[in-house]
Amino acid sequence: MSEDQDEIILADLSDEELVEQMWDDLYDGLKEEIEEGVNILLERGWAPYRVLTEALVGGMTIVGKDFRDGILFVPEVLLAANAMKGGMFILKPLLAETGAPRMGSMVIGTVKGDIHDIGKNLVSMMMEGAGFEVVDLGINNPVENYLAALDEHKPDILGMSALLTTTMPYMKVVIDTLVEQGKRDDYIVLVGGAPLNEEFGKAIGADAYCRDAAVAVETAKEYVKRKHNQAATA
Amino acid sequence: MTNALSKLLKTRDWLLADGATGTNLFNMGLESGDAPEMWNDEHPDRITRLYTMAVDAGSDIFLTNSFGGNAARLKLHGAEKRARELSRISAEIGREVADKRDRTVIVAGSVGPTGEIMAPMGALTHELAVEIFHEQAEGLKEGGADVLWLETISAPEEYKAAAEAFKLAGMPWCGTMSFDTAGRTMMGLTSADMVNLVEGLANPPLGYGANCGVGASDLLRTVLGFAAQGTDRPIIAKGNAGIPKYHDGHIHYDGTPELMADYAVLARDSGATIIGGCCGTTAEHLEKMHEALSTRPRGERPTLEQITEALGPFSSAADGTGDDDDGPKRERRGRRRG
Repeated sequence: MSEDQDEIILADLSDEELVEQMWDDLYDGLKEEIEEGVNILLERGWAPYRVLTEALVGGMTIVGKDFRDGILFVPEVLLAANAMKGGMFILKPLLAETGAPRMGSMVIGTVKGDIHDIGKNLVSMMMEGAGFEVVDLGINNPVENYLAALDEHKPDILGMSALLTTTMPYMKVVIDTLVEQGKRDDYIVLVGGAPLNEEFGKAIGADAYCRDAAVAVETAKEYVKRKHNQAATA
Repeated sequence: MTNALSKLLKTRDWLLADGATGTNLFNMGLESGDAPEMWNDEHPDRITRLYTMAVDAGSDIFLTNSFGGNAARLKLHGAEKRARELSRISAEIGREVADKRDRTVIVAGSVGPTGEIMAPMGALTHELAVEIFHEQAEGLKEGGADVLWLETISAPEEYKAAAEAFKLAGMPWCGTMSFDTAGRTMMGLTSADMVNLVEGLANPPLGYGANCGVGASDLLRTVLGFAAQGTDRPIIAKGNAGIPKYHDGHIHYDGTPELMADYAVLARDSGATIIGGCCGTTAEHLEKMHEALSTRPRGERPTLEQITEALGPFSSAADGTGDDDDGPKRERRGRRRG
């Protein structure tokens, strides 16, 4: 295709076309185009929350599915997340001003001894892409870091990541400490990392093991929904 | 070629590499979260034992305890300045163990990933990656490693940076990647892609292949993918002893020594020359693998069905190579930028 044929003027598109175009642009990791698209929708009077959910989260859901299905890989997802971030940067202050509903929140970090944060970063980005608030504790977190962050931010979810068989047992240390302090049931605990599996997640007392970032988002949504339902019927 | 590994490869049609490092060090009391490389300095007796276990079990090649011994990884433990020293000691201990034997035993200086994402996606530049790998390579060379051994790599850029660094150190090398995501590396590389990468390098490795990943079945599918490319370069297969399970505060891999023996023979039939284990592979596994490789006859190249029959199912339906590769299924609208 030639340059001329490819050229699409975002501002000339209808709302529906523009949203679909933004999904493609997210898929291709085009940050500037996403920022432009967000601004156009806002100018057309869209509520920030609608831009977030329909244009950005909608697009990242497609990226997440193709990542889960082994069609997209880490480099493409990083680019998409980076484009998403560009859009979020514009929306974040507006969302706070307009008191938009929240999807939920998560405290996340790799456990003590583990500096492998690629997976954790992907989960962070995909969770933000899905509209969650994420407090990222970074790498190498002893149990004290997790506890302090849980007390401070009162999130719905605690996420822990480990890439090494040498560090994955530490997740149990954190969960056991929560149990001892009677706080375990206050949080949804999700764990992930290359050497883990579902059985391991169960054995250490996590709510769920998440195979990849896309599954983490799906699982988080499901558990938060369940938690809210329980709160409503309690 | 005057290096010990090339010489050995001329006299043998299969070589047994070693098993796990982390798993075996845990069994000796390494605490979760500690850097195994510190033990090179603090507990050289245990590292001697680690290497000796593999050699006693019949390994022709063992990897040094330096997987995380690069500055990027050691930084976590505030030991980034000790990358060269800790790597050197890991090889020195290895040299001592190897030189006591009356057969050739290869000391392979392990070099693991930096754990960082390379530019432009991440912060690690090519130049810095080369510098990090070069520093570790010099340490392993000083310690007397016969060959450098890059392993568990996901990104082609990182593999290239290491190749360049090893040239600077003037060391022969081998390099394996971890195919753990639907038959590809985390960064999306297929087995066929890796062969193209390796053959395109200015300083190609003596041998290349796959390590770690998911299970033994997946690893052999990857080896078949390498072999299908038809190059002569020796292929390395270092798969995990099954899948990790958590039991009483410890990690156990569910692959039995018998299963790993079958895996070793199938790996050779699939086209691998250098065969070993990775996570979960103990001396007991290695002994069975050695026995199987020594006593069982070579067979035909196995089919995917024969592999799953012997070793269990694959983790994904396809691995991105051959006719299985459907590519992106999504209909694209007009792109505005190429």
